[in-house]
Amino acid sequence: MSTRLARGGRLINRRKAVTVTFNGRNYKGFEGDTLASALLANDQMLVGRSFKYHRPRGIVASGAEEPNGLVNLGQGGGFEPNARVTTTEVFEGLTAESQNHWPSLEFDVGAINTALSRFLPAGFYYKMFLHPRSFWKHVYEPFIRQSAGLGQAPKARDQDTYEQFNAHVDVLVVGGGLAGLQAALTAGQSGLRVLLIEQSAHWGGRAAVDDPLIDGTPAEFWIKTAVQRLAALPNVRLRTRTMGAGVYDHGYALAHERLTDHAPEAGKPRHRLWRIRAGKIVTATGMIERPLSFAGNDIPGVMLASAVRDYAVDFGVSIGDRTVVVTNNDDAYRTAMVLHQAGLIVPAIIDARVQADGALVRAARDLGIRVETGRAIARVKGGKRVTGVTICAHAGEGSGLEDIACDAVAMSGGWSPVVHLWSHCGGKLIWDEGLAMFRPDATRPPTGADGAGFVFPVGGANGMLRTADVLTDAVAVGASVSGQAAGDVPVAVDSEQGAILPVWLMPQGATLKLRQKMWLDYQNDVKVSDVQLAAREGYESVEHAKRYTTLGMATDQGKLSNINGLAVLSGAINTPIPQVGTTTFRPPYTPISMGAIAGVARGDLFQPVRKTPIHGWHEASGAEFEPVGLWRRPYAFLQGHESAHEAVNREVLNVRRNVGLLDASTLGKLIVKGPDAGRFLDMLYTNVMSTLPVGKCRYGLMCNENGFLIDDGVVVRMAEDTWLCHTTTGGADRIHAHMEDWLQCEWWDWKVYVANVTEQYAQIAVVGPNARKVLEKLDGMDVTKEVLPFMTSADGTLGGIAARVFRISFSGELSYEIAVPASQGRAFWDACLAAGAEFGIQPYGTECLHVLRAEKGFIMIGDETDGTVIPQDLNLGWAISKKKSDYLGKRGQERSHMVDPKRWKLVGLETVDGSVIPDGAYAVGTGTNANGQKNTQGRVTSTYFSPTLGKGIAMGLVERGPERMGEVIPFTKGNGTTVDVRIVDQVFYDKAGAKQDG
Amino acid sequence: MLTLTCPYCGVAADETELAAGGEAHLKRFGPGSTDAEFDTYMFARENPKGVHFERWRHAYGCGKWFLAARDTNTLEVFGTYPAQSSAPPQHIRDAITAKRPGWTWRDFA
Ligand SMILES: [Zn+2]
Repeated sequence: MSTRLARGGRLINRRKAVTVTFNGRNYKGFEGDTLASALLANDQMLVGRSFKYHRPRGIVASGAEEPNGLVNLGQGGGFEPNARVTTTEVFEGLTAESQNHWPSLEFDVGAINTALSRFLPAGFYYKMFLHPRSFWKHVYEPFIRQSAGLGQAPKARDQDTYEQFNAHVDVLVVGGGLAGLQAALTAGQSGLRVLLIEQSAHWGGRAAVDDPLIDGTPAEFWIKTAVQRLAALPNVRLRTRTMGAGVYDHGYALAHERLTDHAPEAGKPRHRLWRIRAGKIVTATGMIERPLSFAGNDIPGVMLASAVRDYAVDFGVSIGDRTVVVTNNDDAYRTAMVLHQAGLIVPAIIDARVQADGALVRAARDLGIRVETGRAIARVKGGKRVTGVTICAHAGEGSGLEDIACDAVAMSGGWSPVVHLWSHCGGKLIWDEGLAMFRPDATRPPTGADGAGFVFPVGGANGMLRTADVLTDAVAVGASVSGQAAGDVPVAVDSEQGAILPVWLMPQGATLKLRQKMWLDYQNDVKVSDVQLAAREGYESVEHAKRYTTLGMATDQGKLSNINGLAVLSGAINTPIPQVGTTTFRPPYTPISMGAIAGVARGDLFQPVRKTPIHGWHEASGAEFEPVGLWRRPYAFLQGHESAHEAVNREVLNVRRNVGLLDASTLGKLIVKGPDAGRFLDMLYTNVMSTLPVGKCRYGLMCNENGFLIDDGVVVRMAEDTWLCHTTTGGADRIHAHMEDWLQCEWWDWKVYVANVTEQYAQIAVVGPNARKVLEKLDGMDVTKEVLPFMTSADGTLGGIAARVFRISFSGELSYEIAVPASQGRAFWDACLAAGAEFGIQPYGTECLHVLRAEKGFIMIGDETDGTVIPQDLNLGWAISKKKSDYLGKRGQERSHMVDPKRWKLVGLETVDGSVIPDGAYAVGTGTNANGQKNTQGRVTSTYFSPTLGKGIAMGLVERGPERMGEVIPFTKGNGTTVDVRIVDQVFYDKAGAKQDG
Repeated sequence: MLTLTCPYCGVAADETELAAGGEAHLKRFGPGSTDAEFDTYMFARENPKGVHFERWRHAYGCGKWFLAARDTNTLEVFGTYPAQSSAPPQHIRDAITAKRPGWTWRDFA
C-alpha cells in the first residue's frame, strides 16, 4: 500500500484539499501535490501499460525522467496526451486518463503479448513484417498502426493561447538547484544580465530533501535566502516552471515556460517559448538516478531510491510499509534512513558491494537497519504490485538465498549527470571510471563565434556529488562566466561517500531467464536480453542498437535507460563503455508543446497576407480567392448562384466578346536604372534589351546559369538609362534578389541600381474588343493604334488619374495594362467599371486569365516550367538572341543533354473525345523501365476547358513533340485507364494574331 | 542559429535575418568554356570540416551580400568582409592563420 503519512511533506499544504479525477475516479490530494504524489497517496500505483507487452506500469521517478506515468490530460480543446504525472501539478478539477490500455487499466487484453514475448524479440518490426510483401498493406500496417503510440492525438482545436519571448542575456543559468542558484548569485554580482530558469515550481533541487548544512543553516533556509538575494538584484531575472529545452549555435537557447498548467483558470497564455541569445550558458541541470537491472525491476512498486525519498519528504507519501533498498552506492542509504525515521519498515538494504562502510552506511547500521553486502536481488515477486524479493549473491547467477516480503523496492544504480544541454551543440563527454558516469569534458566544449566554449556545466551536471564540491564549482563558474575573481564559497557539510561499484546486471552472472525479465526501457519494453540479442545480430554501434531495439526512443528519450543500455551493449561486445559511447542528445530536453512552437502564428496570424489596393472591392464583389505567394488573388468573381466553373466560363467569353477588367497589381515591377543598365539586362535576359527603343515593350525570358527558365515578363524602356522589368507575381522578390546577387557579387563595378516598386503601383488590365472604347470614354490620352501601337508604352492621364499605359496582351485580345499610383488604384478601378458599363465590362480572375493565355498557347512560369525546362523546350527560341556572346544560362544551354533532339518539347494537346485531360497526366510510352513501370513520353503542363472552343485544351511536353503533329498518343487518366490525345499546335485561338489590335 | 556581423551596416545579425548563398569566391565560366570548367563552376564545391568561405546576404536588413570565413566544425567565425572581393583580404587570412596555422582552402592559404 502506498499512502499519505500523518506528518511531513514540505511542498504540500494540508489545509487545502484538492480533488483530481483519474480514469473517472476522484482522488483527494493537497495543494502542492503533483499528480503522481496525489495518486500514490491514494494507493494508485498502477498508472499505465507499456508499449509492446502492455505490462502494468507504476510510477518509477519523481521528476522529468519519469518513463511510465504518462496520461491523457484534460478534455476537448484542452486535451493533451503524454503528460507526465510527476511534473503535473494538481489543481481542483484536474482530469486525467491512463494510456495504452484496452479495455481497462486493470484488465488489458494486449497483456497477452507478454506471453508471446518470444515472438516479439528485438528488431521484431524488421524481422516479422518483412515477408510476405503482400501482407504489408492489409495485415502488418493496420496492426502496427493500432498498437503504435502511447497517447492519442488531440481531436479538438487547441483552446489555449501561447506566446514567445525574445531575450538577450549575458549569462543564462539553466537549473535552479544549489549549483544554479550559487552560479547566478556570483554572476549576478557583476551587474551582467542574468536569466536563471528552473523547470519545476520549486528552487533548490534535491538539496532540501537531502538537507546538508550550508553556512551552518539547513539547506532549505539557505535556498530561501539565496532566492531573496537574487530577486533583489535588478539585473537578474528568475523563472520557475521554465525548462531549458535546447542549446544551439552561437549561444542560442530555447526555454519552455509553463504559465498556467498548474492554474488553468487564470486566462493567461498556457505556455511561453523563450528564444534566448546568451553570451554564456551555465548548465546546472543536476543528475538523474539510474535504475538497476534485476529481474522484475518493472513491477509496480519498484522505484528509484531518490524518488521514494522525495515522495516521503516533499509530499508526505509512503510508497510501501516495507521497502527493500537495493543499491551499489552510499546515496540510497539516505532513503532507508528517511523511511526508518518516518516509522516505516526497511527489512533490508541489499548492497552489491562486498564492502560498504561509508558514513551513511554506518549511520544506517547504527539505526539498526539490516545491511546485506555482496548481495543482489535475484527477482522481484508480484504482478501488478511488488509482494517480495528473492535475494542472492551478486557474484553468482541468481540462486535464491532468502525471500523477503515487501511491498516496495527502492533501487539505486548510481547517478548520471544531465549532460543534454552540454551535448546539444557538440560538447563532448568523458567516462569517469571512478564515479561510473559520463560527465562533460571541459577541454572539448561547444564553441561559439569567437572559438571559445560557451557552455559551462556546473555542480551535479558536471559530475559533482557532494554539496561542498557543488558550491565550490558554482562559485568558480559563476565568477568565470562574468569575468570576476572567485569570491567566498559557502561552507557545506554533508556525509562523505564510499566508492560506487558499477552494476549493469544484477546479479552479475544472471541467467538468460532472469535477463529476459530485466527491463532497461520501461516505456518501450526493451530488456537486457534484447540489447544482447541485437549485439549478437551485429548491431554493435550504439546508434544501430538503439534503433533496432527502440531503446531510448520513447517520449522520455531514454533518460533512465540509455546509460544502462549502452553498458549492457558494452558488455555484450566486449568493448569498454567510453568506446561504445552514447547516442546523440537532441533537443528538446523534455517534450515542449506544439502550441508554444507556433506561438501566435496561427489562424489569421499564421503568415502575413499581401493585399492589392483593390482587395476590398474584390472581397465585396463575390471574389473567390486563391493564394499566390503571400498574395490573395481573385480566382473568379461569382455572380448569383453560379459555380466557380460557370463564373470562369462567363468571364472568358465576356473578355472575348466584350471587355474584361483584371487586377494585375501583384505583377512584379522592378526599375533597373543606370549607365550600365542595358548591358546588365542583356546578361539577365536571353534576348537583347539594350537596343529596345524608349517607349517600347519587349517580352523577355530569364534563365539561371544552368540554362533553366526561371521567370518571364514584359520589359519596358522608360528612358535612355531606365528600364521597367515586369516579373511574375511569385517572382518579384526572387528576381529582385537574383539581380542584386549578380550586381553585388559578380559585376560590382557596373553602374546599375535596382528598385522593387511592385507595391508602389496598382496595375489594371483592360482586355477585350471594347477595351479601347473604355479608355476613350475615360479620356485624357490618345490610345489609338496609330499613337499607341502594340508593344508600346505611354505616360499620360486617364479619367484624371496619372497613368502609364502598356499595349501588351496576355490573352490575344486588344489589351491595355495601366499602372497608376497605388493610392489611386481603387479609384481607377471604379472609374474603369463605370466607364465600361455600357460596353459590357466585367471583372475577371486568375483562372480566366489562365484559360485565356492557354487558348493562345502562352506559357506560364510554374506550369510549363518546373526548374528543369529550358526556353528551347517551349519553342521560345525566337526570344533567345543568337548574336549575344553571353547571357546567364547560355553556356548551360549548350550542354549535350540540353541540345538532345529527344528532349520533351511543348505542344498543344486535344483529346479525341473533347474531354479535359487530368492535370499532370503522363503520356504512356512503349516498354517498361528497370522497375517494371511503363515508360513515359510526355506530360501535361496546363489543361483547361475552353469555353471559347467548347472543349478541353491542354499543353504538354512530349518527346520530339513538334515533329509529331497530328499523332494520337495515350495519356493516363489517373484511374488506370488512358485517353487518346492528338498532338496539335499550341495556339488554339486566333493563330494569325488578328485580334490583338482590336 | 549562427550570428554573423554584416560588414556593411555593422549589425550582428541572427541567422533568421540572413540568407545563405553557398560557397564564396567562385569564378564564373560562360560561353567558350570547356565542359570540365563549366562543370566545376556549377557543381564542384568544397566540403571542408574546418575553414570555409561562404556567401551570405543580410536579406532582412540592409540587403547587402557579404562573405564570411568560418569553421564549419567549431562554428568559429574568423571574420566577414564585403562581397566585392575576389579573394579573402589579408586581415581575414591573418585571423585564420592565427587560429588555424597551415590552413588552405582551394588556392588560398
Ligand atoms: Zn547589413
